[in-house]
Order: sequence, then C-alpha cells, then structure tokens
Amino acid sequence: MGAELAGAPFLGFFYLLRAQGVPVSVREWLTLLECLAGGLVGADLSRLYAVGRAVLVKRERHLDAYDQCFAHYFGDAEPPAGLPSALDEWLRAPLPLPALDEETLARLERLDLEGLRRRFEERLREQTERHDGGSRWVGTGGTSPFGHSGRHPTGVRVGGEGRSRSAVQVAAERRFAPYRADLTLDTRQLSAALRRLRALGRDGRADELDLDATIHATARQCGELEVVLRPPRQNRLKLVLLMDVGGSMDDFAHLVGRLLSAAHRAHHFRAFHPLYFHNCVYEHVFRDAQLRDPLPLDDLAHALGVDAEARLLVLGDAHMSPYELMSAGGALDYRHHNLKAGLEHMRDLRAAFPWAAWLNPLPRRYWEHPTIDALGALFPMFELTLEGLEGAVAALSRRTASPPR
Amino acid sequence: MTHIINTDRFERFTGTGAYVASRDLQEAVNVALALSRPLLVKGEPGTGKTHLARAVAEALGRPLLTWHVKSTSKAQEGLYTYDAVQRLHDSRFNAAAGAVADARKYIRYGALGRAFLSPEPCVVLIDEVDKADLEFPNDLLHELDAMSFAVYETGDAHVAVHRPLVVITSNNEKELPDAFLRRCVFHFISFPTPEQMREIVRVHHPDLEGRLVSEAVTRFYWLRGLSGLRKPPSTSELVDWLSALSRGGVPAEEVAARVPFLGALLKKEQDLAAAARALAGRGGR
Repeated sequence: MGAELAGAPFLGFFYLLRAQGVPVSVREWLTLLECLAGGLVGADLSRLYAVGRAVLVKRERHLDAYDQCFAHYFGDAEPPAGLPSALDEWLRAPLPLPALDEETLARLERLDLEGLRRRFEERLREQTERHDGGSRWVGTGGTSPFGHSGRHPTGVRVGGEGRSRSAVQVAAERRFAPYRADLTLDTRQLSAALRRLRALGRDGRADELDLDATIHATARQCGELEVVLRPPRQNRLKLVLLMDVGGSMDDFAHLVGRLLSAAHRAHHFRAFHPLYFHNCVYEHVFRDAQLRDPLPLDDLAHALGVDAEARLLVLGDAHMSPYELMSAGGALDYRHHNLKAGLEHMRDLRAAFPWAAWLNPLPRRYWEHPTIDALGALFPMFELTLEGLEGAVAALSRRTASPPR
Repeated sequence: MTHIINTDRFERFTGTGAYVASRDLQEAVNVALALSRPLLVKGEPGTGKTHLARAVAEALGRPLLTWHVKSTSKAQEGLYTYDAVQRLHDSRFNAAAGAVADARKYIRYGALGRAFLSPEPCVVLIDEVDKADLEFPNDLLHELDAMSFAVYETGDAHVAVHRPLVVITSNNEKELPDAFLRRCVFHFISFPTPEQMREIVRVHHPDLEGRLVSEAVTRFYWLRGLSGLRKPPSTSELVDWLSALSRGGVPAEEVAARVPFLGALLKKEQDLAAAARALAGRGGR
C-alpha cells in the first residue's frame, strides 16, 4: 500500500492518480466517496476498480495510467516507473511559465487539498456511523464474503472476462495501453483537437431565419408577416501552418503528415495555408514541401490574403546549430546568404502574428538547447502530443504579445 | 454533494440475453443509476454504443427515448422547441382556429423534456453528442444536474417526476468539455478482441464459412496493426468487406495470400499504398 496522508487511508491513490497525469477533480473524488458511503462498492476490490474507473477517469487516454496506479497502489505490481509523469518531465526541463499561472495554480491546489480533507473527514464520519468500520475496507478486497451473490440471476451472460482474476491482475494487464495520449496520435484525435480552434462570427449569405427580428418586424407592421433573414454563424478563423521539413525533421515526417491531414480534415477554417521552411525561417517561406515556390516573409499575411487575426502554428524541432539562428549568413544552404540572422526573421514573423504557437515533435526532455530556448522564449512552445496540441490550441485562442527585443 | 444515494429501491443492470455486458459496464451503469448522473459511453464506431442504451432500457424495463444529435442540434431542442413560425402563420392566416392565444399549443417537447414529464422512469439516449457544436454539452449541464427545466414562452417550470437514466454516446469527433465530463460516469468500450470480433461477424454473416471468417479477421487485425495508417479499418468495414468476399466467391486461401477488395477496408489513397507495400514486404503471409 502506498504512503498514506493525514491519517486518511486511500487518499494516496488520489494523489498517485494526479501525479500520473489523470486529471481527477475533487468533485469526482467526492463522488467516489459517495459511492463508497452508499454501499455501491461493498468490500470488493474488483468493484472498487470498476466503480473508481467509471467515476474518476473520463478519457480513454487516461485509462492505462489508472490501471497502473491501481495495480501499484492496491497490489504488489511493479511501481509505475518509466511513466512519463508531467511533474518529472517538468523538473527535467522546466519551462518558463508565466508567474500568474503558477500562482493561480498553487492557490487552486491549496484550496483543493483543504476542501478535500475537510469533506473527506465528514464523509468518513458518516461512513463509520452507517457501516461499522467502513474505512477498513481497503486492502480486504478479494477476500470479501459478500462477493457477487444475487447480482447475476440465471440467463445473464457475463462476457469475455475471466472472473477468477483479481482486480489488481486485471489492472496490471494494461488493456488500455494503446489509448495513451503520450504514445499515440492519430489523425482523428488531432482533428478533434484542431476543431477547438475557431472564431465565430456572422457573415456571408443571409439564409437563416432571425426569429426575434422577424417577430419584432411583424409586430411593427401590426401583424403583417415580415420575415427577417441573417447569415448563419461560421468559423472565421484562418490558420497558417508553417512546417519544418527535411534534415532533422525527417524522423517526424509521419507526424507532420498526420497533422497536415488532420488540419485538412478539420475543414472548418475560413482559410488554411500550409507553408514550409527548412531548418530556420529566413527571407522566404515556401508553399510546397520541395521549397520551390517561395513567399516573401515580410508582408506574409498580405501575400496570403489573411489579416493579423490569423493564427500561426509553427511545427518544427527548433533544433539547429546556434549560428544558423543567431548570425547573419548562417543559413544551412550555402548558396543562400541571409543578411539578417534567422532569429530576427523569427521575431518579425512572431510580431506579424499576435496569435501564434509552436509545436515541437522532440520530447520535452531534449529541449535543453540554445536554439530551442531562444525560440521557446519567442513562441509558446508545446510538445507534439495530444496534450501538447490541446495546449497549443488553447494558446492560439489568446492573443499573446511577442516578447520585447 | 446534495443528494444521498438511494439504495432501497435500487435498480441494478446486469445485461440482457441479447447484449453481452462486461462487468465493468454493469458497474458503470449501476453507478450512473445510483448517482442519477449521465452515463457517457465512448468507443470506436461499430463497437455497440447505441445498442447499449437499448439493452439497458430493456433490462430495466423502462421506455427508451432517443435523441439523435446532428451538427445543427441545439441543447434546447432536447427539452422543447417553441414553434413561433407556426404561431405567426396561424395568427396571420388561420386566426379562426383560436389556438393562437395559447402559447402552450406551440410547445413541442424533445426526448429529454418528455422523459422529465413522463410518469414512469425512462432511459434517454443522447446519441453521438460529439456531432453537435462544442458548446452543446455545456448547455445541457444545468438541466442534467437539476433534472428540471423552464419553458420561457409560457413561464411553466417542469421538474422531473422520475430522474431518467441518461446515456450519452460519443464517437470522439470532438473533445467534450471538462465541466461536462466531471459530471458524467464514463465507460469506454474497447475495440473487440479477435475472438469477440468473430462473434460479431457471425451475427452479421451467420452463413459464412468458418475458415473464411477466421482468415479475414486475422487479415483485418494485421491491417489495423500496420503503423502509420491514417484511418484504420473499423468493425463496419470488416462486415462490408466480408459481404464483398462472400458475394465475390473468394476462397479462404486467397484471403490469406493477398487481400482482395482492399478498398472496402481502407478508404485513403495513402493507406492503400502503405498496405500494398506492407503486403509485398510480407510476401503475402
């Protein structure tokens, strides 16, 4: 059994889940306690496993982490070492987070804990009164005399699962490993995340009935019917997707391809412009992955016919030799002599797009590199994972000023 | 936590003869019943999400009210819609009907509204909630929490006579909002194992030769296992493919040697190319 906190058994499970990236809210935790107090679980560990999963986990990508935490906490399974815990990642490569967010976060965490302790104690008292020694049920699982008797009347089939295995064994099987968000990223998930990118507005052809205006206009004409139409609400968002191709990005070509096809699939943008560059952005970016059809970087928005409200999403590893980014004439292509350093061009690009984010396919633990640091300071940078993409999409929904020179 | 679990007249779901409910699913349904929270069911297309609501309703002996969500659906429609256009029309052209004065005649109740008003407990299926606008689930939160709603046009307030069991399915087309997820009980139907898949196939194609089915299922899982597919084939595609194989009279050996009618399984050009490459590399088997 894991380390216990503040005399409350089982609370450690909650913190273990949170530490492993399962976003269990206090409300959901209390719901589980409610289920325990209400006798929904009895003294059966496999029912605790199922009920806990139904109440605490809401996304399939967290099911595997739940299984591992459950096996670790309630059984003698291997500790979930090697799990990419968000905390661990952050400690290895701390990102400069905005101070406000950190403070808010800390305050929220404190609130959570106090509220949780108080209500947990209440719940515990209630439980002891109703069920004698109700808090002792943990750890007695599997040997409970209550079992399932009476729950499966004849004629009911229980599918697929061997019932002789304990909940911990079931959990340790890791049936949900393929659904982890940090390992898999399919087009469907990507386009689901991209769909959050939008800015609604009404323009275009008026073909939707505006009921309020119709009633108003009709009343003004003393009941003579006057139909008023308006344009339907549509996404006005324009997306510029700027992708690094070739060189060190070859390893990630399949991921880039998937993101591109997801963005195409999302097909709800007013305009979508996929653009390419190699290694670092200099005077031009390109319309094609072969880098043959250049577009001048200054006045890019105008050349694309988008306004400053367009969202810029850069996809690249930001990993290059420092001189390629920092010095004039540092371009990788020796035929190209850039007068301004790559970083200056990047700054111009950033200034032109107040809504911008960077997706990096390199895992965060490799981000300790001068050029990644420099570009990460310029653009809000996220890992190219499902969670990272969601972060980037959230960042693209806020206007972020480009940092001062 | 305002309400206490009522365990006295506690209904339990244990599956039906026709529907195979896993233990995890039974627990999830029972928790949703006990807490009066919506049950959110997710899983790949063709894993039996919609079927589940029917089975639950049947097992509990409750009527099922279905609300098929579309991209244009509004949360309000599940409760009621007010037919203002009809009323305007009646007031202009059909005044003799005399109904125009009563706004209640122009209120049409949706599945959720009818379930709240029903004198007996119901099961409500909100099918494919992810098809609607991103805000749709959030707009339902209050009504699902309070199990009551007001009709603004008439000023009537309705409180659920019996709290219905609400089953919500999602195909993962869109992410659902956190606030909504926190209130739901969640169940994920994982993709069927090859054994389960053979059973599912048998339901759709009872007459097919056993060897053909088993070769096809093996092939199907091999294809799904290929890395880099943009759209891996789903259950319904396997069922279609088997129809094509049986109608085309393809013998089982040929399914093992090459993959005829690959287009029934893979719908993307890049995927077809990837599968062809893998097939060549594998030397057929």
